[in-house]
Amino acid sequence: MSIIQKTATEQLALLQAGELTSVELTQAYLDRIEQVDGSIGAFLRVESDSALQQAATIDAKRSAGDSLGKLAGLPVAIKDILCTKDTPTTCGSRMLEHFQPPYNATAVEKLLSADAVILGRTNMDEFAMGSSTENSAYQTTQNPWDITRIPGGSSGGAAACVAADMAPLSLGTDTGGSIRQPAALCGCVGLKPTYGRVSRYGLIAFASSLDQIGPLARTVDDTALLLEVLAGYDPLDSTSVNRETPAYSQTVHQPLEGLTLGVVEQHFSEGIDAEVATSVQQAIQVYQSLGATIKSIEMPHADYGIATYYIIAPCEASSNLARYDGAHYGYRTDQAEVLAELAEDGSDEGPLVRMYRKTRSEGFGSEVQRRIMLGTYALSEGYYEAFYLKALKVRRLIRQDYDRAFEQVDLIIGPVTANPAFAKGEKTSDPMAMYLEDLYTVTANLAGVAGISLPCGFTSAGLPVGLQLQSAPFEEEKLLRAAQMYQSATDFHSRRPELS
Amino acid sequence: MSELPYEIVIGLEVHVQLKTNTKLFCRCSTAFGSPPNTQTCPVCLGMPGSLPVMNKKAYFLGMKTALALHCGIPKFTKWDRKNYFYPDLPKGYQTSQFDLPMSEEGYLDIKSTKDEFEPRRVRIIRAHLEEDAGKSIHDEAAGKADSRIDLNRTGTPLLEIVSYPDMRSAAEAKAYMQELRLLLTYLDVSDCNMQEGSLRCDANVNLHITTDDGVIATPIVEIKNMNSFRSVERGINYEAKRQYDVWQETGKVLGELPKQTRGWDDSAQVTRSQREKEESADYRYFPCPDLIPVVVTDEQIDEVRHEIGDLPAALRDRLESEYDLTTYTADVIVNQGLGFVEYYLELAAASGDNKLAGNWVQGEVLRILNDLEIGISDFGVSAAALAELLKLIQAGDLDSSKAKDVFTVMLESGKSAAAVVEDLGIEKVDESALEDLCRLLVERNQRIVDDVKNGNEKAVGALIGQAKKENPNVNPGQVRQICLDIINSL
Repeated sequence: MSIIQKTATEQLALLQAGELTSVELTQAYLDRIEQVDGSIGAFLRVESDSALQQAATIDAKRSAGDSLGKLAGLPVAIKDILCTKDTPTTCGSRMLEHFQPPYNATAVEKLLSADAVILGRTNMDEFAMGSSTENSAYQTTQNPWDITRIPGGSSGGAAACVAADMAPLSLGTDTGGSIRQPAALCGCVGLKPTYGRVSRYGLIAFASSLDQIGPLARTVDDTALLLEVLAGYDPLDSTSVNRETPAYSQTVHQPLEGLTLGVVEQHFSEGIDAEVATSVQQAIQVYQSLGATIKSIEMPHADYGIATYYIIAPCEASSNLARYDGAHYGYRTDQAEVLAELAEDGSDEGPLVRMYRKTRSEGFGSEVQRRIMLGTYALSEGYYEAFYLKALKVRRLIRQDYDRAFEQVDLIIGPVTANPAFAKGEKTSDPMAMYLEDLYTVTANLAGVAGISLPCGFTSAGLPVGLQLQSAPFEEEKLLRAAQMYQSATDFHSRRPELS
Repeated sequence: MSELPYEIVIGLEVHVQLKTNTKLFCRCSTAFGSPPNTQTCPVCLGMPGSLPVMNKKAYFLGMKTALALHCGIPKFTKWDRKNYFYPDLPKGYQTSQFDLPMSEEGYLDIKSTKDEFEPRRVRIIRAHLEEDAGKSIHDEAAGKADSRIDLNRTGTPLLEIVSYPDMRSAAEAKAYMQELRLLLTYLDVSDCNMQEGSLRCDANVNLHITTDDGVIATPIVEIKNMNSFRSVERGINYEAKRQYDVWQETGKVLGELPKQTRGWDDSAQVTRSQREKEESADYRYFPCPDLIPVVVTDEQIDEVRHEIGDLPAALRDRLESEYDLTTYTADVIVNQGLGFVEYYLELAAASGDNKLAGNWVQGEVLRILNDLEIGISDFGVSAAALAELLKLIQAGDLDSSKAKDVFTVMLESGKSAAAVVEDLGIEKVDESALEDLCRLLVERNQRIVDDVKNGNEKAVGALIGQAKKENPNVNPGQVRQICLDIINSL
């Protein structure tokens, strides 16, 4: 078995035992990327030189007997939405094509101080807006299980690189399902932490009240290890919560006694794919066989999740993305063209306003523009109460649904998506169909609770199916332990796609 | 102003830069005058992924000010984004407070010592915190369309204090600004430098005109760019006349025209239309998801309340009632600031003469401060030292003219009053010796005696000069009186 087929936890043990060097491991992944990423397109940039340098430094520290971080020597891929100092961070957008932040995201700082090796930057939907990674301004990413299909999104590159053994660990972000959905469609594990568990500092904002950074990995214990490094209060993020980070990687293998799981009936009644439904039902049975009690629960407002999400997220985005105006950094349209255009069309619009208009029309892709317009409209005078305020009220009701549910059950179990990975191009001209990809995932973001996606089966066409577990806020430990129980009883996580 | 055919209605929006070392949402310095864009960081530059963290000091300075303005402090307040595009606003929104400001419903009392208006209580609608924008510098030289942006100021904490439209003349508006500035100075919450922009005023002005068909109101105009107390007064008066003229010409009343923004051009002494933005501006306020709401406790509010020391209005009352000073003197002293008041109080206590102390600080001390353009903290004669001089006056050892001479030397030399009196050889002149001298002078100057007898009292002045030559320590007033008495008795 090749070293890259082992889990991160196994690799770490080998590194610690001196049976493997970080340079060897990093090189093995770089070779794998070289070999298969041409057909997958998971990486926007592979940072080979700096990765090997970091690996060598960590190896040297290890041989010198220096103390090392929790991820010492493990390569990690980073979604191109997290700022990394003095290296390009594009957010999948033309707007930030040449942008190099002068600072690291806190999550990146945490990786570096845990002695992780940063392998490169993964592809994503522009500004994390999308469910297929087709909205990237740079390239598409193919699903490693079927390269005619999408990997999910917006963290499509993050999921695909793990699924295709191009990285043992990766960082994604989840605003409405952007970690869990691609993890499900690519057959890996992805966790969206409780809002406030991981610092958002340096995460390029899409919708600030929904965005969370989280880990993707092949297994639950690897996910636990990475979350342990990422989590924690950050004085630079007012919305991060000051709570002790449990030692997830230490407790993940402890099964939970008397586990009660809640099932939401609607999850299986709204045009869900039969094979997906069957896999998820079977997963529920596995839990029953492990001693868990299954309880039917009501989420009366869950049906309004998508509508609520597609008001709140675009509203916040319309404001968060106002800064990309061409005045300070990032893409700016050609000044001579602005003046020539104005002279030609005789508009009384000033050159500044025309510069804004042209810059944003050229720098943003169509989905980003659509959401900015949706948000701008919903926040406008006369519409604010009907849209934004109402959405906030529904959001509170959804949170109440969760609070009531978690009074009765430990975790909520169900599907991640209604369907397995769809064909490339299938939904690009139908935004509503694309938005419905988030059907089962958005409510966790709206309520701020944690959720995990883990492999629970394959369709007859060989496409992975994901199982979602959701927990009350700050119950990631429970989430991980329950997920590990399932993983120990099944082997879906160990299947690998065949790549040429 | 009853002679005018209209009543001016004025509400002021005052922006106060709070005296914090660092900005409202990041740790950049707020110092004024540094080279452009040297006091910036990813947060105030609005770079992708950066996040704001509230400066608690700014919040508490805001609360201190609001409490001094008698405002209520809600226990819960939040931050909102005001969205608009402008190059000096790098995030594309200003973080401000919309529907739940940090304070509401207070007042500031104003009065005029020159009887320009009746005392008035100007009610405050709200005072809320927000971040300042940067500065755009436009080079409008011919053939150039060059604009530069300095973001040093971006993110500096501002307290916006919004009054009700309670003022009825430009003099009242000016007095409100002056009283507010004084209050802010006493609270030590702002530098209050209008030239540097740490205290800025926008005025909302319209007219109520009595016509045969009842009272009509003219459209409201917001005046910006008034960078001094004088320009507040002049800008409003100009605008009132302009609105009256426009109304006479067009007859347009409130509601028939959009709210207009006009800038005060100090060199031309006119207001000029800037933009009729309000009709189209939609700031799309919504709660800032990057900041958590601020929740305060009664204990915290009480703590801030206790930090508030003596304030101008209370001090004026105290100086009048307890120190027996005139309204005018009390006003002059209090208007100089807390340091000056403290100087006075110390001088009054040490000299034991409240009135004499009042006259001296209001007269000599203030004159010197104005001449030297310094503050009381830089003044060279301590209250204790000046009190010694005042005691010599009270004892009759010095007349006021001599005392001023001594004071001048004290200021130059730093010596005590007693030492200066000795240096100058000032001795108290014995009264019988003085009378002898006067008699001698009267005898020697028959022509002056005649002049006085003929009704020209002023002629006696020449005798004072002669007396001074004989003995430099003589009190001119005494010499004058004694000589006149002698002549009249002849």
